[in-house]
Amino acid sequence: MDTTALLHTPLYDWHMRHGGKMVPFAGYAMPVQYPDGIMAEHRHTREQAGLFDVSHMGQVRITARSGNVADAAAALERLVPADIVALKPGRQRYTQFTNPAGGILDDLMVTRLEDTLLLVVNAACKAADIAHLRAGLAADCDVDVLEERALIALQGPKAEDALAAILAPADATTLRAMAFMDVRALPVVGADCVISRSGYTGEDGFEISIPASAAVALADALIAQPQVSPIGLGARDSLRLEAGLCLYGADIDETTTPIEAGLEWSIQKSRRAGGVRAGGFPGAEIILAQLAQGVTRLRVGLRPEGRAPVRGGAPLYTTDSFADGIGRITSGGFGPTVEAPVAMGYVATPHAAAGTRVVAELRGRAVPCTVSALPFVPAGFRR
Amino acid sequence: MTVYYTSEHEWLRVEGDTAVVGITQHAADELGELVFVEVRPADTALKAGESAAVVESVKAASDIYAPVDGVVLEGNPVLADDPARVSADPEGEGWIFTFRVTDASQLSSLMDAAAYKALLG
Repeated sequence: MDTTALLHTPLYDWHMRHGGKMVPFAGYAMPVQYPDGIMAEHRHTREQAGLFDVSHMGQVRITARSGNVADAAAALERLVPADIVALKPGRQRYTQFTNPAGGILDDLMVTRLEDTLLLVVNAACKAADIAHLRAGLAADCDVDVLEERALIALQGPKAEDALAAILAPADATTLRAMAFMDVRALPVVGADCVISRSGYTGEDGFEISIPASAAVALADALIAQPQVSPIGLGARDSLRLEAGLCLYGADIDETTTPIEAGLEWSIQKSRRAGGVRAGGFPGAEIILAQLAQGVTRLRVGLRPEGRAPVRGGAPLYTTDSFADGIGRITSGGFGPTVEAPVAMGYVATPHAAAGTRVVAELRGRAVPCTVSALPFVPAGFRR
Repeated sequence: MTVYYTSEHEWLRVEGDTAVVGITQHAADELGELVFVEVRPADTALKAGESAAVVESVKAASDIYAPVDGVVLEGNPVLADDPARVSADPEGEGWIFTFRVTDASQLSSLMDAAAYKALLG
């Protein structure tokens, strides 16, 4: 297809060279799959290691004008419900930008380094996020978009071995000692990289922020490892769905709160009612009230009966008379590792307990679904 | 027996008033491995262009259209347990449904193999 009007990541030619089928995604030409296909790419990531170009995502550096990173952390807490102040240097945390209604403007990862914060935000939201950050932090922080950096994810049980193989021995030791959500600055292929032990597949793995000029060298070095194959956006979506991870714009958006979305684990005690820095983020009154009193709907996992995938948008009911709507599916598809359809969606709270039977409407027909604990596959994180 | 092709990347093998319908190798390659195939119930009467079946890959659901006016006879029974058969052999064992053509004159608007090959370029 014609993708000439789209933005390219530093790996565009690399994707073409590896047979990537390029599609438009958030204004970028991105590989939806390679010649192996989504199913094989998905399984490869669960069994070996998959290389994902996620350079379309926004990388943002926040620096306090005082020079003290603690001031940047305190400032960012004005926009997110997570505890950033207590985040230790070399650690990363998941959070959301909230709006005054308690809805989610975007979800993001925040890393604390010795002197700055690094944020990774969704590609489709990054322009709005940057404007939001600049408006919210103008008084005390500089917000720099790291346009000149690429971001490459390496995911799967063999990711550690594959990445360690291209590091200097001492750096490989450092890498192997990293815990889930640890972040280290290490040289890779001669370039200064920031590596986090995190990802979006439910597997162990890393995200490597690297100068754009060295991105191809890194991708080449990784793909030369026997465990590594390139993985497109198609498998990225099926992997994250099986892992029960939210896709912004589908499972979470401005109309869903972190509590409805089941993300209360990402709001630490210090930011909750009675905490040392309770509230203070947009929509805090609503979100903290929901934490105390509960919510009327919840995001849940759903296992449709049979083999037909039930996808985002499908309405949910209690019975096949389709009389009483109780919610809708927000993401769904076929889980290659589960070898069955899997979905996520919102249901009215009385129907949210695991094991509850509900009905999805698919092409006018009733598909029984069972509310299921998330994730659908056991997480492979290195704790 | 005559084989026709559509611009929607379907093929029909017509014998008398009965057609076997499937997707072309090109379509199968584009869709990737299929995980589910659902054909409209037997005896469903369809106008050309109406959805006769849905095929699902990991990524997306795609309609398979009635290439001409007709009536669904049956879906390929093999595909219930093995939808990937379509991906493996789209123009053979991976046929999707059989169909009774009710207006044979419409067949002349479809492509032959040479014209379809030209369409793919």
